[in-house]
Amino acid sequence: MDLTDRAEHKIFREEVRDFIAAYRHLAPEDTAHSYRLMPRPYSDEVRNWQKLLVEKGYANRTVPKAYGGFGAEPDILKSKIIADEFFKVNVPQGLYSQGISMLVPTLLEHGTEEQKRKWIAPTVRADVFWCQGYSEPNSGSDLASLQTSAIEDGDDFIINGSKIWTSSAHVAQMIFCLVRTEPEAGKYDGISYLIFPMDTPGIEIRPLQTMTGHPSFNEVFFTDVRVPKAAVVGGRGNGWKVANSTLAHERGMLSNANLSLERLQKIEKLLKTETIDGAPVGENAALMDRYIRLQARVQGMRLHEMRLITAASMGKPRGLEDLVCKLLGCEINHQLDALAIDILGEIGVLYDGIPSIDLDGVWQQLYMYDLGLIIGGGTAQIQKNIIAERGLDMPREPKTTKG
Amino acid sequence: MFFGLSEEQLLIQDSFRGTLDRLVSLDRIREISNGNSSIDRALWRELTALGLPGLLIDEEQGGSGLQLFEAAIVATELGRSMASVPFASAAIMAPLALKHAGSDTQQKEWLPKIASGDIIIGTALAQAASGARRGAGVTASNNRLNGKASFALDASEADAILIADEDSNLYLARTDAKGLEQKNLPTIDGARPLSDIILTDVDVEHLGNGSKDCVEDIINAGRIILTAESFGAGEEMLRRAVAYAKERKQFDRVIASFQAVKHLCAEMAAELQPCQSLIWYAAYAYDNLPEEARLVVLLAKSHMDEVGRFVARTATEVHGGMGYTDLMGLHFWFKRIGFNRAQLGSPEKLRAMAAAMQGFTGAITPASSQTAAAR
Ligand SMILES: Cc1cc2nc3c(=O)[nH]c(=O)nc-3n(C[C@H](O)[C@H](O)[C@H](O)COP(=O)(O)OP(=O)(O)OC[C@H]3O[C@@H](n4cnc5c(N)ncnc54)[C@H](O)[C@@H]3O)c2cc1C
Repeated sequence: MDLTDRAEHKIFREEVRDFIAAYRHLAPEDTAHSYRLMPRPYSDEVRNWQKLLVEKGYANRTVPKAYGGFGAEPDILKSKIIADEFFKVNVPQGLYSQGISMLVPTLLEHGTEEQKRKWIAPTVRADVFWCQGYSEPNSGSDLASLQTSAIEDGDDFIINGSKIWTSSAHVAQMIFCLVRTEPEAGKYDGISYLIFPMDTPGIEIRPLQTMTGHPSFNEVFFTDVRVPKAAVVGGRGNGWKVANSTLAHERGMLSNANLSLERLQKIEKLLKTETIDGAPVGENAALMDRYIRLQARVQGMRLHEMRLITAASMGKPRGLEDLVCKLLGCEINHQLDALAIDILGEIGVLYDGIPSIDLDGVWQQLYMYDLGLIIGGGTAQIQKNIIAERGLDMPREPKTTKG
Repeated sequence: MFFGLSEEQLLIQDSFRGTLDRLVSLDRIREISNGNSSIDRALWRELTALGLPGLLIDEEQGGSGLQLFEAAIVATELGRSMASVPFASAAIMAPLALKHAGSDTQQKEWLPKIASGDIIIGTALAQAASGARRGAGVTASNNRLNGKASFALDASEADAILIADEDSNLYLARTDAKGLEQKNLPTIDGARPLSDIILTDVDVEHLGNGSKDCVEDIINAGRIILTAESFGAGEEMLRRAVAYAKERKQFDRVIASFQAVKHLCAEMAAELQPCQSLIWYAAYAYDNLPEEARLVVLLAKSHMDEVGRFVARTATEVHGGMGYTDLMGLHFWFKRIGFNRAQLGSPEKLRAMAAAMQGFTGAITPASSQTAAAR
């Protein structure tokens, strides 16, 4: 155990600080998070900031130069230093989105040379926005039962079927999508992973109103949508394997202790500044008790991430300690939102339309959004199945073979 | 940054785990718990050969000169195996008190004897750590103590006792001193001595060289050790629950295939994982970042106490009726976790202290916690 920086990392930390000092005036006000809460096209300011970060090696730094990245050697400690230094001074970090955080690593792992050259650069630079077409009305947790079909026709596939809960489909230019290309094959062997433009004829998008009152996900219908076979990533019938590598990246994206720490810091401020009958809310012992409980859990997750980073940098395979992160991270965030709402009392129910929405209204929105994240990306129950089966080697759930 | 165990630390972990696996059986735990002595003397001697009592004592005085981080690794193994040895008291808080508050002469006199395992020092710090209950309180004048020190740890088996008075001054009393009377307190954990100490004009040695924070720092070391021990105990309970669930069959299938059972185990595993990181960090901070350590220790113990309670009851539940039996022996870990929760500050108390420490001064907290945090 030694938490001091090695010389190389000390120097790197200084470089990151220098960069932030020199360029922070260009940083946008909007954070990646606000785009996930309310998907919309990125502003020029956001895109330019993202480009600068990619160019200087502060976002997606290991993406090879040939694909428009910075081409850094993988060094997870450096990535952590960047994340922490940006976080400390509240400067927006590189964007995370389904395209950047899920598709790009998947293409790097499974894509053809042509796919990598064509899509990685514009994706990491935020010029192309992606959506993820996995879930279907009858295939949620049991994703592999999906039925959207892609029938061979010459050099193309013809796609029919529908997807649901497709976040950002209404603003996305591209989709990565799971379809059944081999109807004769077994449940897990008949799936392919396709990438194609959202303006391909035959695609209809219907936004779904969400409980937050803001549209963020959609239904997507495919009627005879013609997509070239070259759109397959990772080979025909390999889609399940390819999708699972993407899902691992999603689970990584959904647990990030700095996001919890940010909530915690805002709550600390609330406890000190909000008053009831002239006294700070922090004088309420019951609320304080909840706050300290959550503080311990957030610190636990932050430190746990450090442990995982060390393990990863030593090349250790992912294990039980990695599998618990999505479950815990999402749950803790949701509890933090609930605490903030309770601290605010009657103010805690105010919502859209109030002048202080950015300050006060955001907690209710987060409370619902974070519940969505508990469900999305593999529900809490599915996470527990995974922890028990892969982490504790307990018997697997029965897998039905009929789709 | 390297957040994990070094080669050397892994070696320490392995050697204690191996030795404890070999020496501590359920029969032995049972024997100690039901016997007259609640310390496993034979085990204590064996572990002394591995340097257990002298871990934190300098090499010149016969110890191994290690830090609290290494001690926390060992504590986890002690908790895992349910070893009945006076670690937090005799090997941690007592030697640290001597190091931080003892004179050169006192250190030379006591530390080598602690390191060699020749003497055991119990600790009477409960009032300083948790506040005074039921008439407890010790006053000092001219190196004589009067009053009652309640809930002393391992003192009934000890040769001397580290006692804090009402002003958090530290003293060493010999257990055979005139005017010192001990009342053993039967507790849920039969393998961990707890006693009340009645003091009537007892001659003591004052450990007078300490700073004003020193008692809190010594108690914090004890808190980390108990926390690490409860973590080890929790991990062992989870391991046993999973192993049992994979063997026990009901409805023609192993109970581990029932999702209700899987989810209970997954929740235990998920809650325990970050505790390891929190404990490592608390111990590392204690050694290297003392300012930060004061808060992290409170967070670590209060959190582990809650996770420990959850794991202890859940792992028992997974065992069905067997969990409730004496035969299965799971209850020894259950009780150790419950015992540790109440020692050196309950989670509620520690959270109130953590709140006060972070500037929530008006927090409606027990008066004693505010003074403790202000110290
Ligand atoms: C905010 C949000 C954004 C999303 N974005 C996308 C997206 O962009 N693209 C996309 O493809 N999908 C997206 N999803 C869909 C998401 O992946 C699914 O909602 C999720 O996988 C659950 O599927 P379901 O909704 O069909 O629920 P179901 O699978 O029907 O689950 C309902 C309940 O049953 C439980 N359950 C189901 N199976 C089991 C089991 N085997 N064991 C125990 N319990 C079980 C679940 O835990 C849950 O509590 C999003 C969802 C949300 C909420």
